[in-house]
Amino acid sequence: MSRVLSWDRSVFVLLVVTVAVGAVIDPDFAGGSNLGFVLQDIGEIMLIALPMTFLIMTGEIDLSVASTAALAGCVLGWAWQASGSMAVAVLAAVGTGVVCGAVNGFLVTRLGLGSLAVTIGTLGLYRGLCYALLGDTTVADFPAGWTNLGFSSIPGTPLPYVTPLLVVLAVAFGVVLHLTRTGRWVFAVGQSVEAARFAGIPVARLKFRLFVVTGAVAGLAGIVYDLRFASARPDGALGFELAVIASVLFGGVSIFGGVGTMWGVVSAVLFLGSVRSLLQLQGVPGNALTIITGGLLLASVVIPVVAQRWSAFRERRSRVLAAATP
Amino acid sequence: MNGGLRRVLAGREAPVAGALLVVLAVTTAVNPRFLSDQGRFDLLVAIAITGLMAVGQTFVLVMRHVDLSVGSVLGLSAFMAGSAVRGDTGGSLLVALLVGIVVGVVAGLVNGALVAFLRLPALVVTLGTLYVFQGVQALLTGGTRINADQLPTSVVSFGVTGFLGVPWLMWVCLLAAALGGVFLRTRRSGRDLYAVGSNPPAAELVGIPVARRTLLAYMVSGACAGGAGVLFLARFGGVDSNAGIGYELPVVAACVVGGVNIFGGSGTVLGALLGAMLLKTMGVSLSALSVPEFWQQAINGLLLLVAITADRIVLLRRERSARVEAARHRREQVDAGPALPTDGADRAGHDGVTTTEVVR
Amino acid sequence: MVDAEPLVRVRGAAKAFGGVQALRDASLELFAGEVHALLGENGAGKSTLLKVLAGVHRTDSGEVTIGGGPFEQGSTRRSREQGVAVIYQEPSLFPDLSLAENVFIGRQPVTGRGAVDWARMRRAAAVLFGQLGVDLDPDRPARGLSIADQQIVEIAKALSTDARVIVMDEPTAALSASESERLLDVARRLRDGGAAVVFVSHRLDEVFALCDRLTVMRDGATVHTCPVAGTDAGEVVRWMVGRELTDLFPKTETTPGDVVLRVRGLTTDGVFDDVSFDVRAGEIVAFAGLVGSGRSEVVRAVFGIDRYDSGSVEVLGSPLPPADPRAALARGVALVPEDRRQQGLFMPASIARNTAVVVLSRLARRGVVRERAERELAAHWAQRLQLRHGGLDQPVERLSGGNQQKVVLAKWLATDPRLLVVDEPTRGIDVGTKAEVHRLLSEQAGQGLAVLMVSSELPEVLGMADRVLVMREGRLMATLDRAEATQERVMLAATGQASVAGEGSAA
Repeated sequence: MSRVLSWDRSVFVLLVVTVAVGAVIDPDFAGGSNLGFVLQDIGEIMLIALPMTFLIMTGEIDLSVASTAALAGCVLGWAWQASGSMAVAVLAAVGTGVVCGAVNGFLVTRLGLGSLAVTIGTLGLYRGLCYALLGDTTVADFPAGWTNLGFSSIPGTPLPYVTPLLVVLAVAFGVVLHLTRTGRWVFAVGQSVEAARFAGIPVARLKFRLFVVTGAVAGLAGIVYDLRFASARPDGALGFELAVIASVLFGGVSIFGGVGTMWGVVSAVLFLGSVRSLLQLQGVPGNALTIITGGLLLASVVIPVVAQRWSAFRERRSRVLAAATP
Repeated sequence: MNGGLRRVLAGREAPVAGALLVVLAVTTAVNPRFLSDQGRFDLLVAIAITGLMAVGQTFVLVMRHVDLSVGSVLGLSAFMAGSAVRGDTGGSLLVALLVGIVVGVVAGLVNGALVAFLRLPALVVTLGTLYVFQGVQALLTGGTRINADQLPTSVVSFGVTGFLGVPWLMWVCLLAAALGGVFLRTRRSGRDLYAVGSNPPAAELVGIPVARRTLLAYMVSGACAGGAGVLFLARFGGVDSNAGIGYELPVVAACVVGGVNIFGGSGTVLGALLGAMLLKTMGVSLSALSVPEFWQQAINGLLLLVAITADRIVLLRRERSARVEAARHRREQVDAGPALPTDGADRAGHDGVTTTEVVR
Repeated sequence: MVDAEPLVRVRGAAKAFGGVQALRDASLELFAGEVHALLGENGAGKSTLLKVLAGVHRTDSGEVTIGGGPFEQGSTRRSREQGVAVIYQEPSLFPDLSLAENVFIGRQPVTGRGAVDWARMRRAAAVLFGQLGVDLDPDRPARGLSIADQQIVEIAKALSTDARVIVMDEPTAALSASESERLLDVARRLRDGGAAVVFVSHRLDEVFALCDRLTVMRDGATVHTCPVAGTDAGEVVRWMVGRELTDLFPKTETTPGDVVLRVRGLTTDGVFDDVSFDVRAGEIVAFAGLVGSGRSEVVRAVFGIDRYDSGSVEVLGSPLPPADPRAALARGVALVPEDRRQQGLFMPASIARNTAVVVLSRLARRGVVRERAERELAAHWAQRLQLRHGGLDQPVERLSGGNQQKVVLAKWLATDPRLLVVDEPTRGIDVGTKAEVHRLLSEQAGQGLAVLMVSSELPEVLGMADRVLVMREGRLMATLDRAEATQERVMLAATGQASVAGEGSAA
């Protein structure tokens, strides 16, 4: 991998190529309704991927995000039924996300537990609370005005209502990561926790806040999910955690932290959404599309390593050749 | 013997086994039917699949790796094994098991090769193959499912019968646990896995064939997941394209509850199996206690958190007492003895050495 | 009991890494039954030569033989099989495994059916520990073992493989005096058992007390080999440096101002105990002492990296909250840490990013960090410290050690501190840069900065400091003014010995 063609740029190029190829071979693909569908389809993943990028950049991970989203979704339904006010319900849902994130953050930063193990635990815990709250039932009587937000498009455009939310948050997270002190801290912590402590960066507090923000955004994603399907279900957003993490890693964020860009991640989510949509339009069965996700994720780690070994090999060979011909 | 007993009591398995006994005792006291023949049989059937996968996962976890693809391997192997014996009759249980295990081993080879030879992070690799194997299965099934009536009776009855009151599925799980446990405890190559997980660079340094051991661990994890696929096929009398989805994290959770360190180096197959038993038993006993079953997941998650928190506290305590002990020891030595005169430069040699310090 | 034929013979070994010629013409002869000192300045090629024997590196040219036959290079496993064992300064054991298993990993005794024979392994380990004269429980896990005991486990491992050549790479550097003494005893036992022991140390008194012969390396080549008996420390040092030593510490005289840092009764159980001292503006105060004496730990606690159990820290008259590096920073305290690569720098990040990381809020406008301000800051300090670099965007991992240290200093001086704490400011950097760092510190102190320095180089301590604080085993043993601080007095306090270093070494 040369420095010019870094991984995040490659993903962006792939996205452009996919959209271009798709537009040529399938007129439906570039159509407005399909665009809207793709955006809606990736909405929750994109939302959660934004804060997850921060977390993985600092060397942590949160596997409980899908359960958090589902729990927030269930709280939305429950609070709506209990209070009759959607505003209250939305606040309660986001608040739920914040609490879930804070619990993760507490266990990781205060007790010093590994985030992988902790969030496997809270993944089960939060999902269990979903069932505890709603049992096997679903809440499906959200007011139509709200559910319309979930599945109709902004008048005069093919874009779903979630679009502005995605754009605003993506830009906001990108700005924070790349232009602000907090962003610099995130990179620094990912590159060396120890050096970060010596540089006076409040590592624990930063990580705690990142967990809280991740929880809050997951809560938001839970609301988006409920509105999209016009119901709150305890098994909502099942398995999203791995899809989110796959997108973030495919976007060029190192699992070891310290490396990555926000636009790489955003490109990755859009690219995966486009490819899925394109293949679906070509009649490839839905479940088989996971091969693409997995294959690309593997490619994102295999290709740099292979390229590096190849260039090291060539360098060695040219040195040997140079030595042989004085 | 005494040392052995002490080791058992001080080990990480004892508290899990204790908790398991408490759950069993309390539940039986409240609801005597819980451990009736049928109740016990159902419980053990429920444990067998997760337990078998936990045995395999232990191999990977003690090496400081992880295998997230086990759920997908289970689904793939269940389908391949089912396809291989579909419509056949007689003796085909062995064929199913063979096919399932081979599928698992091949999947493990893929994971292991990527982790061992390209030195890629296990989490990313097995997350990738989780999706790839799942997609392969979906492509192969094309949305169809295999039903009980398509399977030979030997396979279906394997899922519902037992021996000595223990279901066959559990015997498979116990056999794997016994083999795995003996291997990890008594074979040099088994001990190598702990060494690698405990300190990977040092393992390279003492000449442990790290790549080969990594490959082995992933093959074992794959084989167990593959075998679990056949157990799944037998237990549910069929398979569809959703089989195994979401199984990976509960398996890791069972291992961790059972004392397998997610950062490698410690943990036993027995512990992992006990962890799986505790989590599954907890679930079944909840329904026996007429607690709504959906609390199960929440309680399992909570158990995992309690387990790692307890481990952490014990570790911190030990480290602190070791530190204080070492300091005390050092002080005593200093006060005691005629020591060699040394010059004032201490760690100087570490990297910045100096000739000046030796001039006097 | 030196044999006629050497057990190991290295002749004319050369080895280059990229463009750097680590070994040019290294030669070494080791005989069974001797302890052989390998000496040389940092970068002289000792480590590379040792790693050839360890099987980590392969020579480009030259001859290496063992037991009269060719030595098979480039495999740690083959090295061990040929009877070479290396004891590193900080061994890496398997913390989760028992000591017995650490000794025998990969070679555990097995029963007839191939199962690990735990009882036999335990007994064998106990026998080895007994031979070495140490009391270690073979069943305990290696986690939490002291460095000295870890080395013993490594030596037991070497014994168990019947190693003929045992290489000890600066084994005593991190040990206390009594631990060192025990190690020297062990080395003597190994020699008496017929092994060839290679002993690398910078403590010449140990060399003279222990070794039979010595080999001195300089710039990748062997410059001298001789019996220890016929030489003395001064001669050895001249071989090592190839020049006479001069004193080059540009200390500017200052009149100390107000007390900037006041530490009273600082205590962390098992680490340091009741430490009190002051540092005034314009003054350089140095901490001297052996490793493990608690110097670094004290300054870490002062800056807030670690918690302390009791005591107080005041900066400019008001108390500094414990365990809060940000508060310390806000009050004008800066800490240049001991381990440059792990603690001082973000290795993949650029020079500019590293320089600016502590003062980001000062460089930000409405929350957005201005890249231009960041670069200007870095450019300013790069020029000021004469940083040699290939552009401010260059990752610091590509800089030399000395230039990396300059980036760390720039990063902390950029905070405009009142008190600069420097932990080992010149470790592992070249002589030229060393002098630059000394000049810089001196200059800064001259301008009223309070400097608290931890250093293991006695000449640096004596040359730079206005006052010397000597620690031993976590306690402050002496506070010496510049006039009264001599090598003898510092070492006396640091070791707690009545004898002065150098005098007793022949005994």
